[in-house]
Amino acid sequence: MSFAVNLPLFCIVASLVCSVVSSVLDGKHARWLSMWLSFAVAVSSLLVLGAVRENGEPITYIMGHFPHPWGNEIRMGLLEGFFSLVFSTVLFLCMKGAKIKLSQDLEPSKSQFYFVMTDLIQASLLVLVYTNDIFTGYVFIEICTLASCGILMIRQIGRTTLASVRYMIFSLIGSGLFLLGVTILYNITGHLLLPSLHEAAGALWQTGQYRIPLTSSICLITVGLAIKSGLFPFHYWMPDTYGCATPCSSAILSGLVSKGYIFFLLKVIFSGFGTEVFYGSGVQNVLFVFGICGMIFGSIGAIRENDIFRMLANSSAAQIGYVYLGIGISPEAGVIGALFHILTHAVTKPVLFLSASRLSDAAGGSKRFKDLQGCGYAFPLAGFAFSLGALSMIGIPMTMGFMSKYLLAVAGLEVSTKAVPTLLALALSTILNTFYFARTIIRLYTPGTPLARVTARKAQAPFGLSAICFSLLNLAAGIFASPLIGLLRQGLEYFGKVG
Amino acid sequence: MKKSDLRAWLRSWDAGEFDFTAALSAGRSAPEAPAENKDHPWKLEPINRLEQGEIKSFRKIYPFFAVVLCCIMIGFLLLTVAKLPTYGSPDSPAHNEVMERYVEKGMEETGAVNVVAGVILDYRAFDTLGESHVLYTAATAVFILLLSLKGSGEPEQEKKIMQSDPLLKSTARIIVPLVIVYGIYVIFNGHLGPGGGFSGGAVIGGGLILYAIAFGFEPLDRFLNLKIYRMVVLCALCFYSFAKCYSFFCGANHLETIFSPGTPGMIFSAGLILPLNVAVGIVVACTMYGFYSIFQRGRI
Repeated sequence: MSFAVNLPLFCIVASLVCSVVSSVLDGKHARWLSMWLSFAVAVSSLLVLGAVRENGEPITYIMGHFPHPWGNEIRMGLLEGFFSLVFSTVLFLCMKGAKIKLSQDLEPSKSQFYFVMTDLIQASLLVLVYTNDIFTGYVFIEICTLASCGILMIRQIGRTTLASVRYMIFSLIGSGLFLLGVTILYNITGHLLLPSLHEAAGALWQTGQYRIPLTSSICLITVGLAIKSGLFPFHYWMPDTYGCATPCSSAILSGLVSKGYIFFLLKVIFSGFGTEVFYGSGVQNVLFVFGICGMIFGSIGAIRENDIFRMLANSSAAQIGYVYLGIGISPEAGVIGALFHILTHAVTKPVLFLSASRLSDAAGGSKRFKDLQGCGYAFPLAGFAFSLGALSMIGIPMTMGFMSKYLLAVAGLEVSTKAVPTLLALALSTILNTFYFARTIIRLYTPGTPLARVTARKAQAPFGLSAICFSLLNLAAGIFASPLIGLLRQGLEYFGKVG
Repeated sequence: MKKSDLRAWLRSWDAGEFDFTAALSAGRSAPEAPAENKDHPWKLEPINRLEQGEIKSFRKIYPFFAVVLCCIMIGFLLLTVAKLPTYGSPDSPAHNEVMERYVEKGMEETGAVNVVAGVILDYRAFDTLGESHVLYTAATAVFILLLSLKGSGEPEQEKKIMQSDPLLKSTARIIVPLVIVYGIYVIFNGHLGPGGGFSGGAVIGGGLILYAIAFGFEPLDRFLNLKIYRMVVLCALCFYSFAKCYSFFCGANHLETIFSPGTPGMIFSAGLILPLNVAVGIVVACTMYGFYSIFQRGRI
């Protein structure tokens, strides 16, 4: 085995150490450290991906001297490597793009704490992606929750404090339900590591013993993680949270943190419960229904908003709905669609938030549509990145959004009972998406008088780099989607291969 | 006050013209309007009246739905619990090869007489690595919210603590050393008997808080200010991370580590467990005292 299999461990420990070291640095150095940490994690994820490809099957890495079911483990497959690559790249680009905005929004004496929190988010995302142990997942879910509250409330205007209190309450309810589910599961199986759980849960399902506790633990774990990722009807924390936080935090929270929880849920479903047990329990139908509701109500909420950030936040609720719709359809094609949509949203939503903040700068800091008129001309690059992101969210061909909607529709057609609701929901939600995004684009390019014309030209450089990277990623993955889908398909096979 | 006025208010709030938290931390019960907005002073009463009108119906149905939801949840969980394996029954699924190995071979493999310490710091050490960073994350989040680096806190409040009860002072003079020594004992005895870093650290933290209540923060500031606090936590957590990283790396690659289990029952045994307990204890004690200090006066 190559040396690359050690890299996930080093990445996790490096993120934790960087977060602790950042607390004694000043803001500038902490930011530098945090950014290059994400970059290093991205590079090593690429190496891990290569090692897994070479190996031909997932690699289990023992954390300590004891294999499962006694000690902790992490597990590397294609999906794990690929998603940690995507997550760390997006984190890097978020921090790069929001450099100027962050220095405005953060109080200089406290700005290093922001990067302490992003390092911790990096660590917990890595663990949520790689872990092979349901309880390790829980511990790092806690870190992720606290760190998310931290990056929310660091911009201390009253509204963010209120928003982060609400976010914390929702999040803690989610963690509490998840922990209850894990406890029940341990009680009936006696295991916490996913491979042993898989065996034990499969055996229990076959014999029919402890059927009710098993089903309720599946429900509690799923509902807990669904609340944390903001599935309808638990998405009401989103508009305030994403609407008032500094744009970089909104981008990280909507693009990465909620996706980390969903990825962990998928890991538990595939490697822990096993698809037979999960899809036999009927919980997926609940996810399917609430996913559709989320798609519709999120979009309706977005149409009613008068503020560009709150509109994007509501749109995030709708996108989470798409992901759960995919999980609800079927364990193969549906989940591929869901995974692809996770990627789409992780690449698109951060750039929407970042460019929206840029555009609102052109409007003198106002976030209201009325004042944004003509801002697309003031900052052409931000206007372009926003429009491209919006088109991707609507699902115009050649962007990633089109591919994920296509995959979800095809997946829906394979399941006869869910075909009609899936197609109707996709159609309706696309119309609603088009309505509010097209309205915004038209507003941006209607000639008007932006309040503050162009500030310093130089200030655009970091944002420009990140916006261009995001847009290129979006277009590349939209046009050359088939190798990506192949990777996801193979990765999903590895996911189910437990042992 | 009209609805549009309320909206205008919320908007100024959103734009950051008014800092709600600053007003709260300054001890004012009701937030005041910023100076430049004096023509529309924030009248709390009309807003309350408006709110009451708007959410009257919501308040009516809210308790009803809350009760229904709670009943469903309670029923659901009770049903689950009723079907769980009997507590303590020998053939419950939790009594399997995992537990057997922990209990029977735990001492031999980890060197810790206290099996719990062996499980959390050796078998499942990665969880505990995360757990100690949860504390650190929580402390940093509180710093973000409450730390005021500019002002030196409120001298009046500190003075008030200084003039505390003589009874408290003389009791604390006797008890605090005992508490701290006991905490140190619990930490160092973590691998030999009940105890460990988390519980011992909490005891020491409690001792420091008691001292601060009785004698004020000034004597403690001499050896535990923000700078020292940060360095201590930094060293403890970095030592923890690096030591565990080394041990995980060796374990996964099937290499010998330099840490051996030693003779179970000796104070210097159980490999890494003792130093890790000390590191965790330091972090917990500092975090507890830090929380108290920062809630009390906004700084450490």
